[in-house]
Parts: sequence; C-alpha cells; structure tokens
Amino acid sequence: MPKDSGIGASSKRREDVRFLTGTGNYTDDINIYGQLHVHFLRADVAHAKLNGVDTAAAAAMPGVHRIFTGADFEAVGGLPCGWLITDRHGAPMQEPRHPVLAQGKIRHVGEPICAVVADTLAQARDAAEAIVLDYDTLPAVIDMKEAVKADAPKVHDDLTGNLCYDWGFVEDNRQAVDDAIKGAAHVTTLELVNNRLVANPMEPRVAVGEYNRADDMHTLHTTSQNPHVIRLLMGAFVLGIPEHKLRVVAPDVGGGFGTKIFHYAEEAFCTFAAKALNRPVKWTSTRSEAFMSDAHGRDHVTKIELALDKDNNFVAVRTETYANMGAYLSTFASCTPTWLHGTLMAGNYKTPHIYVNVKAVFTNTVPVDAYRGAGRPEATFQLERVIDMAARELGVDPIALRRQNFITTFPYATPVAVEYDTGDYHATMDKLIDIADFAGFDARRKASEATGKLRGLGVNCYIEACGIAPSNLVGQLGARAGLYDAATVRVNATGSISVMVGAHSHGQGHETSFPQVISEMIGIPEDQIDIVHGDTSKIPFGMGTYGSRSLAVCGSAMVRAAEKVINKAKKIAAHLMEASEGDIELKDGRFSVAGTDKSVAWGDVTLAAYVPHNYPLTDIEPGLEETAFYDPANFTYPSGAYACEVELDPETGHVKIERFSAADDFGNIINPMIVSGQVHGGIAQGIGQAMLEGCVYDSDGQLLSASYMDYAMPRAEDVPFYTVDHSCQTPCTHNPLGVKGCGEAGAIGSPPSLVNAVLDAINSGGGKKVAHINMPLTPSRVWAAMQ
Amino acid sequence: MKISMVVNGRSVAGDVEGRTLLVDFLRQDLHLTGTHVGCDTSQCGACTVHVDGLQVKACSMFAVEADGAEVATIEGVAAADGTLSAIQQAFQDHHGLQCGFCTPGMVMAAASLLKENPRPSEAEVRHHLEGNICRCTGYHNIVKAIMAASGQEMPALAAE
Ligand code: FES
Ligand code: FES
Repeated sequence: MPKDSGIGASSKRREDVRFLTGTGNYTDDINIYGQLHVHFLRADVAHAKLNGVDTAAAAAMPGVHRIFTGADFEAVGGLPCGWLITDRHGAPMQEPRHPVLAQGKIRHVGEPICAVVADTLAQARDAAEAIVLDYDTLPAVIDMKEAVKADAPKVHDDLTGNLCYDWGFVEDNRQAVDDAIKGAAHVTTLELVNNRLVANPMEPRVAVGEYNRADDMHTLHTTSQNPHVIRLLMGAFVLGIPEHKLRVVAPDVGGGFGTKIFHYAEEAFCTFAAKALNRPVKWTSTRSEAFMSDAHGRDHVTKIELALDKDNNFVAVRTETYANMGAYLSTFASCTPTWLHGTLMAGNYKTPHIYVNVKAVFTNTVPVDAYRGAGRPEATFQLERVIDMAARELGVDPIALRRQNFITTFPYATPVAVEYDTGDYHATMDKLIDIADFAGFDARRKASEATGKLRGLGVNCYIEACGIAPSNLVGQLGARAGLYDAATVRVNATGSISVMVGAHSHGQGHETSFPQVISEMIGIPEDQIDIVHGDTSKIPFGMGTYGSRSLAVCGSAMVRAAEKVINKAKKIAAHLMEASEGDIELKDGRFSVAGTDKSVAWGDVTLAAYVPHNYPLTDIEPGLEETAFYDPANFTYPSGAYACEVELDPETGHVKIERFSAADDFGNIINPMIVSGQVHGGIAQGIGQAMLEGCVYDSDGQLLSASYMDYAMPRAEDVPFYTVDHSCQTPCTHNPLGVKGCGEAGAIGSPPSLVNAVLDAINSGGGKKVAHINMPLTPSRVWAAMQ
Repeated sequence: MKISMVVNGRSVAGDVEGRTLLVDFLRQDLHLTGTHVGCDTSQCGACTVHVDGLQVKACSMFAVEADGAEVATIEGVAAADGTLSAIQQAFQDHHGLQCGFCTPGMVMAAASLLKENPRPSEAEVRHHLEGNICRCTGYHNIVKAIMAASGQEMPALAAE
C-alpha cells in the first residue's frame, strides 16, 4: 500500500502551483528600482592580441552610463579555480589568470571584452556596436592533440605550453597494469570521443547586482546552484568583499545541470559595477550568449584498453584521456576529468589492475566544466563501450560477460581509491531483463526485419559516486573547499517548522521532499513544514546542489538538526509530564510516557519552549531551533542497468528509439514520483548526447553551434515513454537516510546503451560490420559507417 | 507607439518602441513575468501565449502587431479564486514539471492542442510539442499530463 505522506510517499510538489500559474520568481523576473542594464561586447574571434579598445564614441551615445574594460579590473582578482590537481610527477597544475574582462588577449569566442552599462538594454546594445576594438588575430588551437604539440600556438603566453596537467591514477599501478595487459589472453582497444555538450538549462543565466552605500552592503541576485559558494569565491577571491557585506540570492532557478555551479565573470561584473555606479546593474543572458559563456561539458578524447584472461575475466583497464579545459579553468574544471572520472573506472566490475591517465589541455574554446554526471558519464561510456566491443570480439553474450565480472561482495575497495559500501548489480540486471522484455526481443526484431528495418538491443551498467565527500579526503585530493552541508530546523511556537537548508533546488523538488523527511520524524503533517533556501542571509553556510548531494548530504544535516530538536523537545515534554526523559517517546506528533497513558502534543511542547512559564529554565534554554553541519564519511554509490532498443532504417541511417528501460538502485527513496522524474530527465539528456547534441567549432575556433537552430536539443518526438524502476534498493550504510542520489543516473546510464543498441542493429544486418561510431549518432554518421 | 490590447480579459495600453517584442511588453510593461524567454531564435517555446485564440511565440511577434488583439497568458489560466485548470492540475498530478521554466509555455501549448483536438494520441501530443523544449522532464510526464487532461487512460508504458 503506497504511503500518502512522509518518507516513501509520492507527495505532489507544492512548488508546482507557482510555476504552473506564472508566479514563480526567477532571477530575470526581478527588477530593482533604478536599475541599469549591461550588455557585454564579446569576442568574435577565438584568439587575438588585444591592442586597445576605443570606447569614446560609444560612451557618448544616448543612455550610456559607463563602459568598462579589462583595465577596470586590473586590481581585482581573477575568477578562481576550486580544485588543485597535482600531476604524475608531483608538480601542481598550471593555473592561468582568468580575468573578469579580457586583458591583453582574447582567448575564445564569446569572451567578454567590454561591458556597456546603460539605461536600457537596447541602448547598451546600440552603444556596443560603436566600440572599436584594435586586435591582431592569432592562430587558434582547437584540437587537443594539436594543442599539446611543441610548436602549437599558446593559449596563455606565460604558461609552459598548453598542458594544464598530466595526471596519473593510481600512478603506483602503472607498471602492474602495463604488465597485466602484456600478459593478457585478449585485449580490446577502443578509441572514442565523448562529445562536447552545452548544458542548456531552459532559463538563461541572469545576474543583478545591487549596492547600498549607507551600509556598504552588496547584494547579488543570480541564477546559481550554490549561493554560499558564489559568495565565498566572489567575495574572497575576486572582489575582496567581506562575507558579511555580501549577500547572494538565488531564487527560483530554471534548471542548472551543473552549469550554474560555477562562478562566472558576469556575476562579479554586476556586483562590481553596482558599487562603481551606485545603481543596480542587471544582465540577462541571451541563448546565443549562453552557448558562448556557460561552461560546456564533457569533451574527452580517449583510448581505452580492456584486458581479459582466457576465461574472460577482466584483468586490467588502461585509459589515456585528453580532457579539454577550454581557454580558462572554470570553477571545478580540473576536478571533473580526474577525481570524478578516474575514481569510477572500475565501474561495476572486479578488475584488479586499473590505470588512468588524463591530460588536461587548454584550447581556444569556451571553458569546460561539470555537466550532469560530470566525469562519471565519461568513465561509464568508455568502460561500457569497451566491454560491449570485447563481447563482440570474443563472441560472448554482453550481459553474461558483465555478470561474470560483477563485484558481488561489499564493501568493496576498488583499485582506484574508492570503497563501494553497498550494491547488488545482479539484482538490477535481473530487474532490467524483466522490465525491458528481453524475452520478446527476437520477435520484435523479426517484425522490424520484415519491414526492411534493423533492430538492435543495447545494455550497459553504471555506477556513480554522489554526494562528494568527506571534506578531509577531498582536501587531500586538492579541493579548496569543504564538502559538508548544513541545515537549521526552526520550530515555531505553535509547532510549525521552517527548515533553512544549504542545498539549492532548481527543479529537484526540495520544497516537497525535505518536509517529507521531517514529517516522518516528528509525525506532523507535511504542510506544517516549509523549506527556506537560496539566500545567504537566511540559510546556514551550505554548499548547494550538484552531484546528487541534496538529500544524501544536506538531508542528513537536516536529520541531525531535527534529532537535536527532538531531543530537546523530549526534555521539555518530560518536564511537562513530570516524567523521566528516558521514558519519553515521540510518535504521530505526540510525546508520551512509556507504559502510561500520559501524553502531550507536539504543539504544546513547542509552545512551552517559547512561552516558558512552566519550564525548566535552569536546565534548558527557551526556544526550539537547532543547526547541524554534516560531513559524510564517504561518497554514495548509486548503480543500475539500462537497456535501449532501437529500430534503424538502413536506407537513411535514421534511428528511432523504440524502448528505453532503466533499473536503478538509489538506496532508500524519499519521493518515488520525483525520483522517476529525475531519471526521465537524465535519460533524455543522455539521448540528446548520444543521438543529437554536439558542440561544433571550426578550425579557426568559431562556434558553429551557437543557437537552437544549430545545436539539436531533444524534443518530445525524439524520445519514447521510458520504463524506469527503482525497486532494487541497497541502502547507503553511512548516511542516516540510507539514500544514494538519483539526479545524474539517467545521463550517465543512457548514452552507452544507445550506442550499443545502434551497433547491435547495424551488425545484425548482412552488411559491413562496424566496431564503433562516435556520438552524436546522426543519420548521416550512421549511414556513412554502414557503407 | 501607443498600443492597446486585452490581456487575460483586462484592457491594457502601453507606449512601446517599434522593435519591442510582445514578450517584452508582457514581461516588462505589464509585469506578467510568467511568460518566459528561453532563446532568441523562436525555438524553445518558453514564451508561448495565445493571440486571438491562436498559439503564438511571443518572442517572434512585435508588441505593435498585437495592437487591438486578445492575448491570453499563463497568468489567466487558473480560475479567479486560484483553482488550477484541468491542464494545470494534470501537470501537477503527473509531475509534468521540474524547474518550471518551460512550464507556462507547455501549458499554453497544451491548451491550444486540446482545444483543436480534445483526445490526441501520444504521437499527436509529441508532434504538437515540437516547438517547445523542456530540459528537465524528458517529456515523459508532460505527455502523460496532457493525455490525462484530455480524460484518457494512460498507456501501460506510461505507468511509471
Ligand atoms: S523565447 Fe520564444 S521561442 Fe524561445
Ligand atoms: S521543467 Fe525545467 S525546462 Fe521543463
């Protein structure tokens, strides 16, 4: 019997009402009296020496208040990178300065050069056209392998070449892996590309800076996934504003998918300019600007080798990956291909020897950073593609090959430095085989063949690491921040509750799922509980939402804070009932004395806390409000098995996705409806990556895919109804909710099964055998590969 | 240029530049911020409204072109007492939205579809949404919500 409230209930989302009626408060909906508008003049060449900027004519145009250039930001810090990587030989990564506005050089198309602030946006745009730039175009470097050649043009003149770092992991495994590969019975080698993507949340980024001279207070309204992180980075590293003088507010945010984690130049600019002009300053990105200024995702070129013994046991994995950083290091760029990718290269398999080499490269392209899944999709794609290829080479069933090599005992320490706490990979595979109706596949394939089509079935497994933590470990790995989260549970006098959380909701439904947890713990209705998030002046110092950490990390902090509240309330209840504290039980919103019929309602206890007339004031403070900071002991490890079934028209190369099935293990589930929705969305983004999406630069560094006319987003007709199941549950052992996280699974799990399915379809026909096709699998690519 | 129109049943007037888009007039002059802007190439559908009963992308029309027209936006869809319309309620019941940014456009597109075709098939729903992008939901629950709003049984595949 499904529950209708509390943990495990599909409670309807309360936030929906405002979104469905047009009464949400997205950042662009905010207009502050007296605000000015900024338009950024952005580079239209990829690489140039910037000799000078003539703004005189533009500055005289109607409505213009001021035009800022790089020179205005010389005394200001660069945009910081949040993670220091140490290379194979113990040297720190190369870390170039990332100015707010270009200084001396242009390094990618879309880089902001000047900022025109005017009364209206139209005036600012008009004036920007009158700015004269004096620059000498330089040869651009776009291809990573070209960029690391000794004679390649340098993106940063003050660095040694374009290599940011050459990372080896685990470096001590290198020799053993080489030896294992030499001695193996079979080695499958695959070279592949993980295509560059643009996250494309439907809400473009927005920043509104405000300054109050009377109290020297700065406020930034911004489309962010983590307002406290932005406050810290911008305040401490860029603008030098003490934290108590800087408030960052991220109200309703229309999707993030990673791209709104990072601290961007436009945020620093609007905050800086608001003070300089003593007026609010607003910037709203256009979609074309978003393509040139939001951090891109993925962009790896990889060679992976899988070595097997004569019984088809995996003995070693070796990868060499080139990871594009773009022209500058975005906030977490350095961490994604290393710690979020290398540590997952064991996948779901007990491979004893693994070595991962990552070469991070600067090119004249938009900076690349974490996008939904971040590093885990790249690891999963390589591994699950090479396993499928090995199965084909060896003539064995791809599912049987996976099953034979599954990790089956937990906890399991992988050779790449992580320990999986729980999982059951056979169970998710069994579930997948059931929900995807593998039994009926042959008949469906025959039916397709009867109409001249080819049908393919592809599967893959995945494992991911969510809720990045703990702080002491990530610190050793180079993180420049802690990775805990925080929550304050504030009980009001009459018993209703406000919970202030460090997590940020930009579509995940926190306002609904977080109260479900508190309701379950205390036994009061969900509508008595509200969530406050997204405003540094209201919430405790939390780290925001990314990496599926909201419930696992912040939810755990909330549980700890609620436990403190309940413990204190029990003391008060014990006093009110003149009982001993140890005998007090809380159930369904009432405190009772064990073994008696004495009880007192939650609301009576909370009232006593705030109206302490009959109250043990000498022992307990009045009030009922507690904060907890929670730093997890480990990552969480959601896992799953995915299947895709496609029908391919061999005449045109067109692929139709007929079925898509996902069997996931997310540990415990708070709201099954929301979890399914997260998986659906992730799958669609994975389908986008596999079939449609790709960021294309020409050899001069022009971004050819800079609008929805040129960058193909998945639409309703491109996807089927999905079959998703999350009934396989191995609870996480080290957080109080037993949750693992579900936000990225779909995007991690879906691309390999799609590509595997298309190759299965192609190779089921009588024509040419095809080993691999790079994503996106557009009809022309598929058709060409078949010829 | 002086313009006037009826928006959600209320007469409004404004003074706009020739280049002012309808979406900017709605958002900035009338403070009806439910209609969103997601792109600059008329591809995403976040700005979908109805003009004289027809589904229109408010970013691809100048405000002056709507002079004298009847315009309906998301703010006018629920009943005056706040009761959600059947389509809005179906979106909530079937989790047809996540971040909510595409949602006003989706609801307006769905309303227009159901007016023309009260019992659309799954394929017809998907086809009708070709001008609306949602990055969050993977469309599964949007399609489900629109079919549910038309009073249809869900196909077995849409159970989850
Ligand atoms: S904003 Fe109108 S279609 Fe995108
Ligand atoms: S709900 Fe976020 S874009 Fe559709």
